[in-house]
This record gives sequence, C-alpha cells and structure tokens, in this order.
Amino acid sequence: MPTHDKPEEHSGLSRRGFLKTVGAGTVAGGLVRESGGAATVAAQGPEVAGPAAIPLKLSINGNTHSLNVEPRVTLLDALRNYLDLTGSKKVCDRGTCGACTVLLDGKPVYSCTLLAVEAQGHKITTIEGLGSPEELSAMQSAFVEHDAQQCGFCTPGFVVACTAFVKDHPNATLEEVRAGLGGNLCRCGTYHGITEAVLQVAKGGA
Amino acid sequence: MAKNAWPAADKRDLIGERISRLDGPVKATGHAKYAYDMNRPGMLYVRLVWAPYGAAKIQSIDTSAAKAIKGVAGVWNEMNEGDEIVHAGQIVATVAATSEEIAQEAWRAVKVAYEVKQPQMNDTVLENADEKEQRDEIPDAATVDKAYADAEVKIDGHYGLAPITHCCMEAHGQFAEMKDGDQYIWPSTQNVSAYAAGLTDAAGLPASQIHVDCQYMGGGFGSKFSSDQWGAICSRISKETGKPVKLMLERDQELMVAGARPSAFANVKAGATKDGKITVFDSTCWGSGGMGTSRGLGVPYVFGNVPNIRRVARNVRTNRGSQRAWRAPGHPQACLVTMAALDDLAAAANMDALEFFLKNLDLTERPDVYREELQIAADMIGYKEKAHLRGDSGDGPVKRGLGISIHMWGGGGHKSECNCTINPDGSVSVALGTQDLGTGTRTVVGIVTAETLGLPLKRVQVNIGKDQYPPSGASGGSTTVGGVSSSSRDAATNALNMLLEKVAPSLGVPVDQLEAWDGKIQVIGDPSKSVTWEKACSMLGQIPITGKGSKPTSDGTELDNSGVGGVQMADVSVDTETGRVTINEFVAVQDCGLIIDLKTAESQVYGAMIMGVTYALYEEAIYDPITGRMLNADMEFYRLAGLADVGTLKVHMMTGPGYDERGVIGLGEPPVISPGAAISNAVANACGVRVPTLPLTPDRVIAALEQGGKLA
Repeated sequence: MPTHDKPEEHSGLSRRGFLKTVGAGTVAGGLVRESGGAATVAAQGPEVAGPAAIPLKLSINGNTHSLNVEPRVTLLDALRNYLDLTGSKKVCDRGTCGACTVLLDGKPVYSCTLLAVEAQGHKITTIEGLGSPEELSAMQSAFVEHDAQQCGFCTPGFVVACTAFVKDHPNATLEEVRAGLGGNLCRCGTYHGITEAVLQVAKGGA
Repeated sequence: MAKNAWPAADKRDLIGERISRLDGPVKATGHAKYAYDMNRPGMLYVRLVWAPYGAAKIQSIDTSAAKAIKGVAGVWNEMNEGDEIVHAGQIVATVAATSEEIAQEAWRAVKVAYEVKQPQMNDTVLENADEKEQRDEIPDAATVDKAYADAEVKIDGHYGLAPITHCCMEAHGQFAEMKDGDQYIWPSTQNVSAYAAGLTDAAGLPASQIHVDCQYMGGGFGSKFSSDQWGAICSRISKETGKPVKLMLERDQELMVAGARPSAFANVKAGATKDGKITVFDSTCWGSGGMGTSRGLGVPYVFGNVPNIRRVARNVRTNRGSQRAWRAPGHPQACLVTMAALDDLAAAANMDALEFFLKNLDLTERPDVYREELQIAADMIGYKEKAHLRGDSGDGPVKRGLGISIHMWGGGGHKSECNCTINPDGSVSVALGTQDLGTGTRTVVGIVTAETLGLPLKRVQVNIGKDQYPPSGASGGSTTVGGVSSSSRDAATNALNMLLEKVAPSLGVPVDQLEAWDGKIQVIGDPSKSVTWEKACSMLGQIPITGKGSKPTSDGTELDNSGVGGVQMADVSVDTETGRVTINEFVAVQDCGLIIDLKTAESQVYGAMIMGVTYALYEEAIYDPITGRMLNADMEFYRLAGLADVGTLKVHMMTGPGYDERGVIGLGEPPVISPGAAISNAVANACGVRVPTLPLTPDRVIAALEQGGKLA
C-alpha cells in the first residue's frame, strides 16, 4: 500500500514561501529600508527581511502603531492578532469574501491578501475608523435603519466597501450598486437591506 | 392586574412595528465581539491536523518536528496508529502555539502516513443505498399502481438536490480561559444554555464551573448546536496548559466537517385527472447524510392528502462528514421533489401552474391561507401579465418563465425561563439564557418587555447570551421567538403585577384596574389618574422586584402557536445558449402569527430567499471520488450568491385579523424551504424542460436542454 503525507495547502505555496521566492525582489524591496538590523541579506540578489520579526510602523485610523511581526504576517492578522482591531473579519482568508475589507489610502482592499509590511507608508482605515456605536457614520446609520445585517460577521467589511463605493459613485444607481459591490459575500442574506442602505446614502439614488 | 395575553392592536405601541435591531450599531461599527475576536495576552492558537482522505487507516503520526518548533506549546494525537478514517476532515492531531503563524508552521510539520482505501462517495444512484436503512410506507401497493395506471395525465420524473454545506461566515470554534479554577468559554453557538454540558469531560470540571458567554455569533443555520469535538479540544488544552486558548476551524475544514445538508434524490410517478386534480403520488427517495443517516422525505409535501401515496425511502452511506441540521431539515428537499413533480404534472395536463395549485389546495392542511397567499404573490409578481404555458416563451435564446412553490412549518416556541427585574430607580432589566443568531432575538425580548411595561424600548436592558441567566432552549426549528416572547411577556407581566400591588393604594383603585402605558401607571384608560413610572418604582423602597416568567407561561396562557404556510414565486431568465439562469424578480408571502418586530421579520424572509437563490443556482459540495476530499472547500468554488445575483426581492408578511390572534410563531425555517422549487419551476417554465437536479448550474441546464428541450 502506498503511503501519503499530509497534503500542502491548496496552492501548494504558503504565503511565507511566496514571500521568500517571489517577494524577495518585489515585496521585500520596500521593507528593507525600514527594517534595519533585523533584515537579512540573501546570498544573491536584493536584501530580504525575516523570517524573524521585524519592526513595522502602520498608520491606522489616524494613529501610528509600532509593532514587531514576521514579514509573512498579513495586514489582517496584524490588525486582529497584534493590534486587537478585530472589526475586520477573517472568513475565506484568500481574497474572495471581502469580510476583511479595509481602506488603503481611501481605496478598498482585502487585508487578508496584503502583507502588513506592504501597508507601511499608506493610510489605513479600518471599520473602527469610520464611526462608533455612539457616533455612527452615514453608511453605518443606513445599515442600521435598513437592517442590512443579521449575524453581523460580514457587516464591517460591507460597511467599509460600501463607504468607499459611495464616495466613488455619489449618484449610484441600482445597477451600479449591483455591479460595484460584488466583492463582498454574506451568508445570512442581507443584500436587500445593503442595497437599500447604499442607495439611501448615495445622493440621487433611485 | 395585567394579563399575560398579547395586547389588542390598539394597545400595541411597539409590537408589530418596524424597529431597528438593538445591536445594529455595535455590529455596523465592528465593535461586536465574536468568539473569533477574543484576544488575551499569552493566548494559544490551536490548529487541527485533519485527514485528507475519505477512507484510510492511519499508519503513523510523527509530531516530533512540530514539537521542536520554538513557540509550540503542545502537540497532541487525537487519533492513533491503526485508527480508521471514515471521512475527510477527521481530526488526527492538534497543535497549539503562541502565534497563528507558528501554529500554521507546526500544523504543516506534523507528518501523518495513511494506508489509503477506496471511499464510497456516489450518492446519486439508488443502487448504492443500504437496504437495511429503509423506511417504506406502502399502504396498499395494488391500489397505488392502479391509480397511476388509470391516471388520465401522468409523469415519471427524476429530481434531486446536491449536498450543500452551511458555510457560516464565522467558522465553528470557541475561546476558553481559566480563572480561579473555573473555565470561561466564549463559543459561537446556537445553544448557550446547554453548551457547557458538552465540555465537562474535556475540561475536567462540573458544568457549574464552566461559564458560557456568547453575545454575538457569526451564523449557524442549524450547524452550531453542540460544543463539538473541537470545543472539547479547546477546553482540554486550556485546562491542561492554564492558558487562554482560541480554536476556530480553518475555512476548508469548516466547509468539510462543520456543515452538511443531506443530498436528496427521487423518482416520482404522479398522476392527475385531465382537468388537473391530483390522484396519485408514488415516490422512491434516497439521499446521503454522509456518515449520518438521511431520514427520507415527507412527500408529497404540503399536499399530504393526495388519495394514493406510496413512499419508498433509502439511505446512502457515503464517506463524507455527518449531516447537520440545515434550516428546515428535510423540507427544502421534500418541497423540491413535490412541487417540481406537481409542476411537471400541470405542464403534462397543459394547465397553468397557478390554476393547478389552486385547484388542489383542498389536499393541503391550510387551503384558505395558501389561496390568499397565492393571490397576493401573483399580484406582486404580475403573474397574469407574465404567465405562459411551459416552454411557450417566444423566440430568441433567452427565455423567461415563472415558477411557484408553497411550503409549511411548525414553529412553536421552545422551553424558556426569564427574569424581569424592576429597580427602585425605574431601570428595568430582563435576563434569559437565549442567543441572538442575527435573527433579532435580543430585540424581540426588549420589545416584548418594554411593551408590557409601557416603556420605550431604550429603557429596557436586555441580558442574553450567558448560561448564568435562566435557561432557554437552543435556537433551532424556528422555536426561539415563540419561546422567548412567551417567557419575557410572562416575566414582565409578573414583575408589573408586583409593582401594581405597591402602587394601587396611592391611586385608590384595585390592582386589576391599573395598567402600564406610555411611561405611567394609570387607571385603565384614564391618564389623569396616574403616577409616572419613576414615581411608581420609587414606591418599591430599596429592594428591586423580579418577576419570573417561562414558556409554558406561569398561568398557562398560550402566547405562541405552531403551523404556518408560505408561497413563493420566481421570475427567471434562462440563456439557452450558455445555460445561465438569472433571477429577475422573486416574491415571498409568509404568515407567522403575531409579528413582534416587522423589520427583522422581513429580514428573515429576504435572507432566506437569498440563501435559497444560492442553493438553487450555485451551491454544491463537490467530493473527489478517488480521495474522498471536498474539492471546493473554499469560497471561490463553493459559490455563494453575491449582491448582483439575487434580482429584485419582494416580501409580504400576512398580518392583522386572522393572523395576529394566533400568537407568536417562528420564522427562521419557513421562507428558506420554497426557493429551490420555485426557481426550478420557473426555469422549467422558461426553457420547456425540467432541469432535474439543484443547483441549476449552466452545465446542468445545457445537459437538460440537449436531452429533452424543445428549444435547445
């Protein structure tokens, strides 16, 4: 009988492996300048950081956070596990569902597919930066009013994505809402309320 | 003396209104803390090593490399050499580490060798059924055979639904920590009050020393009733290491083992008179709940009074994880099999489907309700203008069609206990060990309590989600709203009556002539003889009062009920060149007795319709016949509907006389039952041929068109 080892992850390539092989020239290029003594020098080619933890500075919701994480840590894991900013959720962990959506310089990105080191030098806005239960943003308020949430686990990602969408589409139509918000998924089925909320916030919406 | 009975319509200030959920702001801002969000200094992250084969024997488990990694707190064998694997995703070993990254590295370093065997994965053919697991109901075979032979119109059809998985956004799991010898648990659960009972062995503690807190949970849909093996592992590691421990399933394992709706397949022979009266329904059903047993289907569904019925039911055992209750267990399957077969029968009789359904409503338990709901749904979707006979959908490759389905559910309340406390300063709190799955349970409890006490909703502090509160049932089978609305009404009424006793002397009337209304205690109907709520509560002296309530209620008043019907109609387009199905419009008409919060009730229906579009068109757990592993255990290829996929949705709730006085009835299951059947029927109406199996993916649509479509 043949024996089989436990299989690799889906892609056969972990994020860490990816960073080591491809990222050495692309991703790590930017971080070496800030990583100081923790960076290591590859035998050939450009410098790479890690695998040990390196110091990072992240600008989040207007505050600068310093932390020490390994370069393989995603922005999502940095937010959740190292900074206790748990509003951004980990659901699919591979850039499909949008529950981890944050704004990078105002643009929505999946924080699960971005390394924390890559986010340095950018302005990061998480769900926690958009409003608070006592002071809801217009979009958050519309989500509450239109009951655009049930279990609430996808909600922060949706609120962030919808906030960015309306900023780019201030007069969004129903068709534009449907086409523009396909990057987030919900299991409870809150799309009806989300659509209503976005149309309310979008000026001149149908 | 306030009474337990629900107030009349003109005495309802909050009940039945559209009220925003109480926890909306904390959820919309990311402030709601789920089990997945728990962080503590020194917390261990756990990752589970799972078997990648549907059938295998473990030859060896080598954890030495994993144990050697710095930051690894422990590696445990959960199975041993020689143990048999019966489905992929079975937990073989566990690693715990100080960071998520190290846990992943250790997880990868555990080496398990397997002797791989051939799994049994095919549930689509009846030949694979286990003859021992059969539930046949054959009242009189000869009569059924004769009825089918004699039928003026008949069909012989095949229908099916692929297995799907729950795919909760928050994976299953829990957080555990030790404090002063007790264990504190934050789980993601549908069953707060009973959760600790499943952990006593693993934690080595009595249930009284295990404390459960679940304020928010990221979806369950029937898959999160127990603490499960992973909950026990989390508790055990926390007890053993003394550390805070977080264990949440990875997405692939979540899809493979933490959710499963059984597949269902059926061969149906049905007959009718030529003017469309159903005379016989003869079915052979089979399906697979993986390593669990599929229960067979209650067909013909809803039309249970068809004169000649035969049911043959078989279970197919496959090497998949065991089935879990998926919203309305067995009903979406039974509904598809029945409504599709009846729709085919209508087409065979060359009859309009709506006319056919209306004509046979006397074969259901609730003909008047269905008749009214069918007429409302038809108006909402523009049935008269859009309807056409099957396949008669004009030229061009894109065909448009309508489909109908009807469903039923029970939904009576579960057992529940509740305390309502009124404080001398006028503040009010209500406590019960229920949970809010996102259905709005927290808000319902608040509305009922506030209404009973004549207060604004914001004056009531609602305490749920902890097992230190009076116990309440698991949230399953649409039993929660009936249970908690009864117990909270009972508790608030009993608390109010204690308050009225104190207040009555100052107003100079007997207790039974007082009521709580609009922030006052007043003589019934006479606001001029009143005291403010605050003044009334100050008469309590220094000691708060607590009214106890329950379901069944303390005075035997029945505040809940059971038995609902619903109708759904879908308007779809089918591209006969690509096989792609598009939802244009989808309407639902639903009754559920007295509605407590119209806004969250409507949300339940919208949500169920969207979940229904997903299983009708996209969802399917696909397993590899060779390895037995789920091939699409991720969210790219296990497809959920997106915002653009669901079309225009319309919901109508049946309220008012005839419905309200029935009492409160649950709503989680009923509206998720019909979507598959309504959409399948609409596709058949559009393209002229039945696509037998859900999901109605382009390949299945094209295959059906090639085999029988007049329009292909």
